[in-house]
Amino acid sequence: MTAMADAPALRGRRDSDASLGVAAAVTIVFLIAAPFVLYPVFLMKALCFALFACAFNLLIGYVGLLSFGHALYFGWASYLSAYAAKSWGVTPEVAIVIGTATAAVLGAVAGGLAIRRQGIYFAMITLALAQMMYLVALRVKLTGGEDGIQAVPRGRLFGVFDLNDEMTMYIFVLVVVLAGFFLIYRIINSPFGEVLKAIRENELRTVSLGYSTDRYKLVAFVLSATLAGLAGSVKALVFQLASLTDVHWTMSGEVVLITLVGGLGTVFGPVVGAFLIVALENYLAPFGQWVLVIQGAIFVACVLVFRRGIVGELAGWLRVKL
Amino acid sequence: MFEIFGVPSQALFGQLLLGLINGSFYALLSLGLAVIFGMLNIINFAHGAQYMMGAFVAYMLLQYLGVGYWPALLIVPVLVGLTGILIERLFLQRLQKLDHLYGLILTFGLALIIEGLFRNYYGSSGQPYGVPDSLQGGRNLGFMFLPNYRAWVIAFSAAVCFATWFAIERTRLGSYLRAATENPTLVRAFGINVPRMVTLTYGFGVALAALAGVMAAPIYNVSPQMGSDVIIVVFAVVVIGGMGSIMGAILTGFALGIVEGLTKVFFPEASNTVIFAIMIVVLLARPAGLFGRSV
Repeated sequence: MTAMADAPALRGRRDSDASLGVAAAVTIVFLIAAPFVLYPVFLMKALCFALFACAFNLLIGYVGLLSFGHALYFGWASYLSAYAAKSWGVTPEVAIVIGTATAAVLGAVAGGLAIRRQGIYFAMITLALAQMMYLVALRVKLTGGEDGIQAVPRGRLFGVFDLNDEMTMYIFVLVVVLAGFFLIYRIINSPFGEVLKAIRENELRTVSLGYSTDRYKLVAFVLSATLAGLAGSVKALVFQLASLTDVHWTMSGEVVLITLVGGLGTVFGPVVGAFLIVALENYLAPFGQWVLVIQGAIFVACVLVFRRGIVGELAGWLRVKL
Repeated sequence: MFEIFGVPSQALFGQLLLGLINGSFYALLSLGLAVIFGMLNIINFAHGAQYMMGAFVAYMLLQYLGVGYWPALLIVPVLVGLTGILIERLFLQRLQKLDHLYGLILTFGLALIIEGLFRNYYGSSGQPYGVPDSLQGGRNLGFMFLPNYRAWVIAFSAAVCFATWFAIERTRLGSYLRAATENPTLVRAFGINVPRMVTLTYGFGVALAALAGVMAAPIYNVSPQMGSDVIIVVFAVVVIGGMGSIMGAILTGFALGIVEGLTKVFFPEASNTVIFAIMIVVLLARPAGLFGRSV
């Protein structure tokens, strides 16, 4: 499959990675300074979505697999972590581990099924599985149905740091999300990541070179689902809420939108996209249903004229890797 | 009144009938998806929204212009089909050389736009649309009561599906279409206007969705989200059947509707997930789909 290979920004260039270092430094400085200027809750939301989108980008940008059901991992991880924190009263780090592990298991099952078909079918299967689990979430007791799980306690991290303090929570979220970014960066630049890119460019060729591509695809899928779950678990603690919105297909669509706007297959695209889309939705919230129309219009515009996304265009313009 | 497997026959056949109705919509929609995919290599995510548009345009025709069900059955597919032609000309044509995932993403965006617009004007609550006078009432078959309108929906959708199959598999025009699916360049070399055929095919697939929408209007409430609910199920239907065969898409649609209806009788909690469960089983047992070739 040649998925997404037509966007020039995706093709790996062998120039120096200095631009990445500079961009990383700028991002980190921005994220440290930001809570003094912007609302911490807004920043934490954007960070969670940034990690979610980076996890999604790992699949579409580097393996060429479009999962249209990533809300499944994000949402269910968020449910389990909220449930653990509230009903079992575990500390936040344990709640997050439980949520993330749930996403890993779901990712292994759903990924194992979805990679049995290629291309467009893959997208449809992931969407259908996510919808199935949405319907399950609507019915089972654990999720609280329409009400969701509310008033989730943030608790004390390692029993020491009180996360009810907005700044402490922000630092915690920042550390977790940055660790996630770093992990993804290491994955895509490892020998394993090179094989993933080979699958993206030409799967049959990769098979002929002796790689069992299905195994690589599955591992990438599970990694992506797990990291999406990490984002969901953290999100549940930030908002102290897990709800049906997080497992709905609109959430799967949103992560596609974020990644597309930022730039598929770029390192920083999903982060930029997340801040932009989360901010956009904040400002558009009073306009109600127009949000849907505007999101749709952005999708159409991106596909027609702006396929490389913001960071992809920027990287192409500056002739560097971002 | 007699019972079958401990279920009153009335309830059993009633749900079976409802299942067949759902099945006819699945069949019409997955047929449209398969036809579009064959020619354009695009999975039309907007298909659900176009089905919803069909129902809404019928409702608006009645509400604002007093145009009833029977004329709507003809007018609505034409109108919505025309919007489809416009969409193909404006957007989809530009995606020809791109990966087909972009087609899915673009039509997803279109679906959001269409659904958002209707939600703006009609909210998310449903609008009622009456059964046409000539199909009011029903007949008692002894073992069940058969409402006339439902019988009509099943018979008419089966006829439309069959006609579509016949047109594609057994006529000269259909053979051009199939040839263009296999090798568009060669067919063009024979002097056939393939781009126009592609445009019309998309319009036709959209018209089928709109037709299903008109027929659904008197059965379900006409609401902006009726499309997104059904399209994901239809995707599962398409994964189960595979899009390689027209007849396969039709049969899978009807069969899954019936299975869903039966599940409602025997195991109601699972009725809305059963199609997804079947999809999982099919993926495990026959990854290519029931009627699929490979991939």
